[in-house]
Amino acid sequence: MRFAFSDDQLAFADAVRELLTNECPPEVVRAAWDSPDGRNRRLWTQLAEMGVVGMLAPESIGGLGLSDIDLVRILAEAGFAGLAEPLADVAAVVVPALRDHGAAGLSDELLARVVAGEATVGLGLRSDGSTLHAESADALLLEAEDGLHLVATTDVELSPLNTVDGARRLSRVVWSPSEETLLAGGPSAAVEARDRAAVAAAAELCGLADRMLAIAVEYVTERKQFGVPIGSFQAVKHHLANATLALEFAKPLVWRAAYSRTMGDPDASLHASMAKAQASDAAEVVGVAALQCHGAIGYTVECDLHVFLKRAWALQRRAGDAAAHRRRVAAAVLHAN
Amino acid sequence: MDLTWSEREEAFRAECRTWLEANVPHGLPSGDTREGFTLHLEWERTLHAAGYAAVSWPKAYGGRDASLWEWLIFEEEYYRAGGPQRVTQNGIFLLAPTIFEFGTDAQRDYYLPRMSAAEDLWCQGWSEPNAGSDLAGITSRAVRDEAAGGWRLSGQKTWTTRGAFCTHLFGLFRSDGDAERHRGLTYFLVPLDAEGVTVRGFGRLDGDEGFAEVFLDDVFVPDGDADPARGGVLGGVDQGWGVAMATTTSERGLTLRSPGRFRATASRLVELYRARGGDDPLLADEVVRAWIGAEAYDLYTLGDVTQITSGGSPGARSSLNKLFWSELDIALHRAALNILGPDAEIDDDPFMKGYQFALSGPIYAGTNEIQRNIVAERVLGLPRK
Repeated sequence: MRFAFSDDQLAFADAVRELLTNECPPEVVRAAWDSPDGRNRRLWTQLAEMGVVGMLAPESIGGLGLSDIDLVRILAEAGFAGLAEPLADVAAVVVPALRDHGAAGLSDELLARVVAGEATVGLGLRSDGSTLHAESADALLLEAEDGLHLVATTDVELSPLNTVDGARRLSRVVWSPSEETLLAGGPSAAVEARDRAAVAAAAELCGLADRMLAIAVEYVTERKQFGVPIGSFQAVKHHLANATLALEFAKPLVWRAAYSRTMGDPDASLHASMAKAQASDAAEVVGVAALQCHGAIGYTVECDLHVFLKRAWALQRRAGDAAAHRRRVAAAVLHAN
Repeated sequence: MDLTWSEREEAFRAECRTWLEANVPHGLPSGDTREGFTLHLEWERTLHAAGYAAVSWPKAYGGRDASLWEWLIFEEEYYRAGGPQRVTQNGIFLLAPTIFEFGTDAQRDYYLPRMSAAEDLWCQGWSEPNAGSDLAGITSRAVRDEAAGGWRLSGQKTWTTRGAFCTHLFGLFRSDGDAERHRGLTYFLVPLDAEGVTVRGFGRLDGDEGFAEVFLDDVFVPDGDADPARGGVLGGVDQGWGVAMATTTSERGLTLRSPGRFRATASRLVELYRARGGDDPLLADEVVRAWIGAEAYDLYTLGDVTQITSGGSPGARSSLNKLFWSELDIALHRAALNILGPDAEIDDDPFMKGYQFALSGPIYAGTNEIQRNIVAERVLGLPRK
């Protein structure tokens, strides 16, 4: 029994944090709001070169051949940085789907290009109803009633949507599934894709919550009222203690969900739902506390907090919100047998 | 990361499960009543005879040299089997870790075997009428008696759990009245049959005589480990605050609240929902929230034990632990009461009893307000003033 990341896993996460601290500070995230397609290809190439995009791809095609346990800490780092690139969708869902269902001729070559950072594939889950960065994607992995489909972006119709987080370029995708587009039929591949997306979002939410908490701690330590730092007041302390509590008891569920996926645990779906439910709620608790502890400055677009807050609002509801995942847990736990 | 148990640990689990299923008594009355306490002592002595009273202790003191992981397994099996409350817990889980750390050989050899055998029954003497959350404000005093080679204790302790049924008290007394608040305190071990001790039990919220006030009037306790049968000093004179903080870390953290206990309550809650929940989606959501909380607590503990067995210490994170389990315990029991509806008030329901006990969680072992201050100041680094 050992419930901790290995030194190698932590070192990789540190290296990713260092890259993102340098290359993806808040001003870069803000710049994505104003860029034509919301993408930052320089950063995406750096992530691909580091092996992050293809962590789960086999080494034979340029990937790192690592596991979901290795990846989950990296996704938390992406959340911490507010990375607007489609890392979670591509690295955690698309890459393993192409890896495991490579029979379709299109997908082998595509996987190699994705791992190299030369192509991206957007993800469209039915529960989400929209796809992130579809316009800049070469292909789309789309869920339909009969399974997962891989469709060239040129074969679909995209309607861009306005989003509260300006860095998230979402589109509705109008398309028609066919036998030619089917990548993996049957329910299991789609369920796995949904679970993977849920755990990836949960990991990002943990990172986002860590960041919002860090920003709030810094602010209440510096900001003075009544002649003292506001962080010395119990009312403020208790807000941030509650935020810490929610977050620290969500993380273990998220790490465990990645472990169960890696080990092929029969409860991997259940564990994914517990992780997403708890991480979504934790991010809400942390976000509300961080905003309140900032007072009026937090309620501006000048303060960096809003960048992370808006990302959290999006991800809390992506790949199933907390209530949907608790319904799934209820179905497994309360109604089994 | 490896969330599997070794063969040896699985064998230990199987051994515990077999023994517990054959031996755990069911339907014992509350151990926080005089009659119930006596029955619980029989159970404690049965546990001891089989070597299960304190599994993680050395064999010489009545344990079985189990690892921290095996202790978790034992606890999980104990509560899974429906094992009752441990009326010896304040000794075994709070005082003993302190004796292991600060006691002399003579103290360890004298007290620990008697404690695991449930011969000496320990209660704690921290709080006083005017010192609760502000523990350093205690005024009970220890006056030096040079001629007799010891100390004379006077003052009043209160909220002493099962004090009316116990044989011994451990607690803090002010040995240097001139020192600053946290200094000048000494940790004493006191037999309750010593001359000058008066104990008065009184009813808790649930009606059981689970609380006691302990009055000390010029009670003689010998120096250090000179005569352990008559009590003594644990750790150095005037060093009591540091010694006591070691104990409260145990109380807030792992040693008092093993995850098996909440997992077992969560399982019983699920059974109750299946039997009586009527497929109400709001009740289902409440049950699922609490059930996920029990899972989270279990996993968090596995992370803590990984850290401890790698040589680390949870430190101030033990306050997060205490906040979580105390609020989880209430959530689990409240969900059950909501399923029971009007039947919840029927007094013999174990969930109602459990709910009343759970309500004490955010109050004892350092109120949750104090714990939140600790998290803010020592985990997040916010300014104290």
